[in-house]
Amino acid sequence: MLRFIVRRLLQVIPTLLLLSVLVFAWLRSLPGGPATALLGERATPERVEELNRILGLDQPIWTQYLRFLGRVLTGDFGTSSITGEPVLTEIGRAMPATIELSVAALAIAVALGIPLGYLAASYRGRPLDVSVVVVTLVGVSVPVFFLGYVLRDFFAVDLGLLPPSGRTSVGIDATSVTGFAVLDGLLTREFDASWDALTHLVLPAVTLATIPLAVITRITRASVLDVVGSDFVRTANSKGLAPGTIRGRHVLRNALLPVSTTIGLQTGLLLGGAVLTERVFVWGGIGTLLADSITLRDYPRLQALLLLGALVYVLVNLLVDLSYAVIDPRVRLS
Amino acid sequence: MTAPTTPSTSGQRRFRRKSERIDDLAAGRSLSAEALRRLRRDPVALTGAAIIGVFVLVSLAAPLLAPHGATETFPELQENLRPGQIPGPQPGFPLGSDQLGRDFLSRMLLAARQTLLVGVMATLIGLSIGMVIGVLAGAFGGWVDTVLMRVTDVMLAIPSLLLAISVAALAANPSQTTVIIAVAVVSVPIFARLLRGSMLAQREADHVVAATALGVKRPAVVLRHMLPNAIGPVIVQATLTLATAILDAAALSFLGLGDADPGRAEWGLMLAQAQSYLEVRPALAFFPAIAIIVVALGFTLLGESLREAIDPKGRR
Repeated sequence: MLRFIVRRLLQVIPTLLLLSVLVFAWLRSLPGGPATALLGERATPERVEELNRILGLDQPIWTQYLRFLGRVLTGDFGTSSITGEPVLTEIGRAMPATIELSVAALAIAVALGIPLGYLAASYRGRPLDVSVVVVTLVGVSVPVFFLGYVLRDFFAVDLGLLPPSGRTSVGIDATSVTGFAVLDGLLTREFDASWDALTHLVLPAVTLATIPLAVITRITRASVLDVVGSDFVRTANSKGLAPGTIRGRHVLRNALLPVSTTIGLQTGLLLGGAVLTERVFVWGGIGTLLADSITLRDYPRLQALLLLGALVYVLVNLLVDLSYAVIDPRVRLS
Repeated sequence: MTAPTTPSTSGQRRFRRKSERIDDLAAGRSLSAEALRRLRRDPVALTGAAIIGVFVLVSLAAPLLAPHGATETFPELQENLRPGQIPGPQPGFPLGSDQLGRDFLSRMLLAARQTLLVGVMATLIGLSIGMVIGVLAGAFGGWVDTVLMRVTDVMLAIPSLLLAISVAALAANPSQTTVIIAVAVVSVPIFARLLRGSMLAQREADHVVAATALGVKRPAVVLRHMLPNAIGPVIVQATLTLATAILDAAALSFLGLGDADPGRAEWGLMLAQAQSYLEVRPALAFFPAIAIIVVALGFTLLGESLREAIDPKGRR
């Protein structure tokens, strides 16, 4: 097991190194080069040249790359060209909002997707199955941001059931402990603050959950169908085992293996979806930071977000792989 | 073989499918002919194909169907309205006008063409680059394979929308071309990995070994014996990519990285622009949104049933 972990960890290193080369190349191919990107298009040639010298852009490309790598490895992602604040500070501040949103969305997707997929597979070919499949197909075809607007206009604006945007209401005085608004309210026993944060969370989380939900439902359905048709389930059936035992021990356990990988892959979708969802609901997390960086052409921030986004994605998938090896011994033996 | 007149049980149905397969093989039909036969009977595939058919027809005939031009404005529509209002449906303008006083129906129709263009171009570019990488990696193996697959690994390590955003951000001025390229880049690693995987499976196949043994030259083996047998999953993926390409393009427009040309009629762009007028005239968002959803659904339906049809395990 330890050997598997070490081997898998070592595999990540070339990926991350290559990623840093790509991001470095990306930064260098920005319109007008990094200095112009930092100073804006109206910068005088003298200032561009001066900044080029300060940034070491007059050095050979290899020196530049190694210096870039050194800075990134020591956690120095530079400062935002708009606010002048260290990018990492800004990201750290926005992080809890996005984690809260993504965890809520993923929880909805998993809690609904696995039972729905299982149900659809059990009623294969019947109206229930067909409607689940159709709904999931429509689900992946709806532009996320459009869905967000529709939900917001219906539930928040027309019905007035839920708040339309933001993370908390004005006038709610919540103590911040962890930065996760719902959790903070529980920790400090300010239950009204917790409830308020929860109502704000519903619409964005549902919006963000749609695509992962559709994907998880479909994978669960396909995987259950695959397992149900396998020899060991037939054997279990012919041994006369109770249907409940077969379902739990033979079918579900094996069917959930591919599902767990899929859940890991959803983190990438969640990051992308968060950019769109947060913009609709003025959520103020990483997604908002990213969207703002695009509009304001804040390249240092964009670069850091890109690197960290990929890093998170790689690490989550590494974790999924490792947990997979814990669940399924075949993986670590091969 | 005649179709049974009474509803059959699933067991009978399964038996019938199996015997059809045996018939197919006995009749010497190729796998692709068999897949096509299954597709023609699949209501899901037919629905998808019908949607795509209408979409393509509309985009081809759009200039004939559209009563007005995409950039033609009609100031007279706004004469009796308060500022900020957008004219609704009226004689001559069945869907009213858009925020700039242009005929909305004409723009919707003409946009079909631009949307198809974005989807098809992005998919074709992604497909061609991905295929070159996949063929090289799958055919040669060794260090070529290792290097190419590491690169695709990294591309896959960046969440797809983030990748599209970073490519689109490289352009000083966003245009239709930058959107197409940004959306295409995202699909490159997917096509490459898929093709490499099925090429690898072909390398040890009997017919490939036989062709090599008969002295067929390496490029011919790769292109004539391996590629045609490995291309199936790639075609499926391309169909599905057409849907995601259109959706991704819409997302880029929404983030302000879309085509900057104000005259361009394209559904994703129109949907993104309409967000500012949701309260005034939601129809401006609804029509392009519904169009995108239906078209994306069409490609997804066809892609999914293609996947099932070419699955050698047959339909379960």
